[in-house]
Amino acid sequence: MTKTLIIDGQTIPFEEGQTIMEAATVAGVYIPHLCHHEGFTPHGSCKLCTVKVNGRACTSCTFPAAEGQEVVNNSKALNDDRRKITQMLFVEGNHLCPGCEKSGNCTLQAVGYHLNMLDNHFPHFYAKRAVDSSHPDVMIDHNRCIFCTLCARASQEKDGKDVFAISGRGITKQLIVNSPSGLLKDSELDVTDAAAHICPTGAILIKRTGYQIPIGERLYDHHTIDEISFAVSGSRPSTALPPSVAVESEKD
Amino acid sequence: MTAKVRIATTSLAGCFGCHMSFLDLDERLVKLAEVVEFDRSPITDIEHASNCDIGLIEGGVCNSENVHVLREFRKNCKILVAVGACAINGGLPALRNFIPLEECLTESYLDGIGVENPQIPSDIELPLLLDKVRPIHEVVKIDYFLPGCPPSADVFWKFLTDLLAGCQPALTYELVHYD
Amino acid sequence: MKEFIFDLATIYGNQPTHLLQILRAVQSRFHHVPEKAIEDIAALLHIPRTRIIAVAEFYSFLHLSPRGRYELLISDSITDHMLGKIELMVYLSNKLRVAPGQLRQDGLVSLNNTSCTGLCDQGPAGLVNGYALTKLDHTKAGIIADLINQTTPLPEWPSELFSVTDNIYKPGLLLNCCLDKGAALTSMFKRGVSETLTEIDRSGLRGRGGAGFKTALKWRFCSEETEQERYVVCNADEGEPGTFKDRVLLNSYAHEVFEGMTVCAAITGSTQGFLYLRGEYLFLYDKLQKILDERRQAGLLGATVLGRNFNFDIEIHLGAGAYICGEESALIESLEGKPGIPRNRPPYPVTQGYLGKPTVVNNVETFLAAAAIAVNGGNWFASAGTEKSKGTKILSISGDCDRPGIYEYPFGTTIQDILNDCGTSGVLGVQVGGPSGVFISNKEFNRKLAFEDLATGGSFIVFNNTRNILDIVQNFTRFFAHESCGFCTPCRVGTSLLRNQLDKITGGHGSAGDVVALEEICQLVKTYSHCGLGQTAANPILSTLERYPELYQSQLKKISYEPGFDLDAALETARRMANRNDKAAHLAQIGEDHD
Repeated sequence: MTKTLIIDGQTIPFEEGQTIMEAATVAGVYIPHLCHHEGFTPHGSCKLCTVKVNGRACTSCTFPAAEGQEVVNNSKALNDDRRKITQMLFVEGNHLCPGCEKSGNCTLQAVGYHLNMLDNHFPHFYAKRAVDSSHPDVMIDHNRCIFCTLCARASQEKDGKDVFAISGRGITKQLIVNSPSGLLKDSELDVTDAAAHICPTGAILIKRTGYQIPIGERLYDHHTIDEISFAVSGSRPSTALPPSVAVESEKD
Repeated sequence: MTAKVRIATTSLAGCFGCHMSFLDLDERLVKLAEVVEFDRSPITDIEHASNCDIGLIEGGVCNSENVHVLREFRKNCKILVAVGACAINGGLPALRNFIPLEECLTESYLDGIGVENPQIPSDIELPLLLDKVRPIHEVVKIDYFLPGCPPSADVFWKFLTDLLAGCQPALTYELVHYD
Repeated sequence: MKEFIFDLATIYGNQPTHLLQILRAVQSRFHHVPEKAIEDIAALLHIPRTRIIAVAEFYSFLHLSPRGRYELLISDSITDHMLGKIELMVYLSNKLRVAPGQLRQDGLVSLNNTSCTGLCDQGPAGLVNGYALTKLDHTKAGIIADLINQTTPLPEWPSELFSVTDNIYKPGLLLNCCLDKGAALTSMFKRGVSETLTEIDRSGLRGRGGAGFKTALKWRFCSEETEQERYVVCNADEGEPGTFKDRVLLNSYAHEVFEGMTVCAAITGSTQGFLYLRGEYLFLYDKLQKILDERRQAGLLGATVLGRNFNFDIEIHLGAGAYICGEESALIESLEGKPGIPRNRPPYPVTQGYLGKPTVVNNVETFLAAAAIAVNGGNWFASAGTEKSKGTKILSISGDCDRPGIYEYPFGTTIQDILNDCGTSGVLGVQVGGPSGVFISNKEFNRKLAFEDLATGGSFIVFNNTRNILDIVQNFTRFFAHESCGFCTPCRVGTSLLRNQLDKITGGHGSAGDVVALEEICQLVKTYSHCGLGQTAANPILSTLERYPELYQSQLKKISYEPGFDLDAALETARRMANRNDKAAHLAQIGEDHD
């Protein structure tokens, strides 16, 4: 007999060892997330995927699914707070969408759209952060890093390298590069690495590709993040998705 | 007949792109004009806002004049709205926030390529620059936010028609964009 | 340098688990972690250089840029402030001709603040090259400045400067219980190992770090794991401002504590223990090593403990300035030589802890209690305390009282009784459990010390009527922003937002909605943070907001909004460069036209 849990009143099967996020994804239930990505060790740091499990706040991408769990996911209270957590990310870094190549293909932005985030709410930090454009094919704009560590995990777990890491403490955290100069050009990063493509924001960009698809015709201009999320995970038929999605899912 | 709703608009550190987008309402402007009238705005010659129902602010706050204008709007508008990316988070002008103002002014007026007669402009009529470009909600209280660079005409339409119908303005999913 | 690094790495078996210990030594030798050292260590330990940088940038006592040959840090705990720390810092800064946060140009000395050093009963306190300085005043500051300016080597400094006293004013069940070396182990083997676990269960002992998990249950869980490699860890990272009892226990009861760990090892089937000693207690390190040696020689540690087929030893790991490492999973990460970032739970350490193996992490006081219970039995301990909180609790009392120091009470004792003992008058309130605990007002002194009422890891700070509550809250809130590990969004960003928002209000720039905005951030940080640090970081604000709402409201201006930044100061650069100072070159913080 399969085990089940309940998310927002819907009974969902799961296999032993799955997290709530994994069970939900298979069942086609979208839980907002940024640091989670199927195929990589769950990290549990962005806290967007927080759900209430039997009344307690739990990080769904790391919390094990269990028989009979009653999970609240899509409630107004949770989504209001998820919006505020997203706003925290927007004021922490410098996310000026109109000037960012990633706009329209950006997961951070799409989560903001999903949560009907209309402003940044909190006072901005105006952190001074650098841009590393030294690599011939890939660049880092630290202004947009949200410390999800997906690049670090992808480099380690998929590419078999250790190009990226997060350093520092508290609000002074920063993405660092494994090279003697600290610059991307002196690292082992190759443009075909998963780590170069995994960034959910515009922090790591592939050069000379930014405007191949015009603004207004991009991924999240016509598709919601939950649609895309399932298309990539393959748990739902991907109907009429733009080629850029198909490419991304192949890379994963 | 009830009095028309008075709307004032202005652009602070912005490019008037939001205003242009507003004009994209096209024929809907005629419909709008039946129920609203414009106070201070680039489309009128009124110099100061007074007793308005709605103030639409485009652009962030980059200098002392912006602060004065913004305060005038806050004082005179019942509802103040941040329109567009620059008003909401500083937008592209805020890219200068990561370069010290001293460097910006030096490069522009003193030792930049092609600068003749190098001097920092100093005139009582000229507004002074703030060290950072700020979103308007960091200077006065803001009631509503319309994201986009610019927000589409549909955003303005949805927001104003909601407001005029007396209901809480809400932007549907497809109307929310940050670019 | 190459040779130094090579020898150092060799001492630690080129093990990445010892990276933090290696970097401590590098910092101590070169006053920072130089680029060359990063390169050499990476090669010797076979780890990416980024891992070394990440560790160096995580811990407050490690630096990538040079500090002075004398690195002087002054404790920034609220109790130090109450003893004149701010004024002392100014004095020292003048004497040493270096600003706080700076390195003097000649590279001789650097000066900075540091989080609570665990010497609140003898502050203002500080650290020089990691060694504790106590009861600092102008005279001592003058002597220290002279010694530094004359480049006197630390071993030649007068020993009074480094004098640390125990200040035990009220011993109880545990502090009065003098155990002979090996007594707990002998009792345990005589009674039987599993019978001893039953005694610990009977004692009702719960973890003394504050969370209060049943000790016997934790040990049993660990012993029942299928994985045979298991670890015992003593958490001596007491970083909660206002607590210093573990310092005293390790100074005067170390044998008992180590014996408690050994009892735990026998029960859980562990062969390796660790004492994770906070970096601030470096002055105890040599003494503790000596005690471990004594115990090895006495057959109380080693391959055949008490001549039995029982192999157990203890290694000391030093921290390097990170409050978060008091959280057990962060502590384990730190033991593994990584930044102290709390892990996702489950799995809990008891199933997957150090190196992924079952691990018991307990507080210093818990191990002391366990040793005493092994000798005296469970009923002896359970006879004190309340129904749900058995035994006694050792408190670190500091602040506005005549006799700051160590006090041991049966659970159930009222706050008023405690205040009577330590000599107080005109008390405004008490911070119970440190910044992460709760501020109780003088209307609540009938409340009791107990898990079911006021749970505490032992920090007990008294404030009298001359103190400003908002100053206290500000100190605590800044502390959390400084100590947030930055792993999760709500704590990383939220603790800094809290600090800024509170600064705005206490700075007199708050307006109508600002307290509501403050509470909103509090709730986010409390509800969504990854670990105890974030979940309690808003407590100073929330617990005082609940008790003194009018205090916060009275800070607010009767206007609808005021900017959170200084508008006129924002014009300063432009004003200076345009050489203007006319009326139009200035901005009022609130518009004249304001409603």
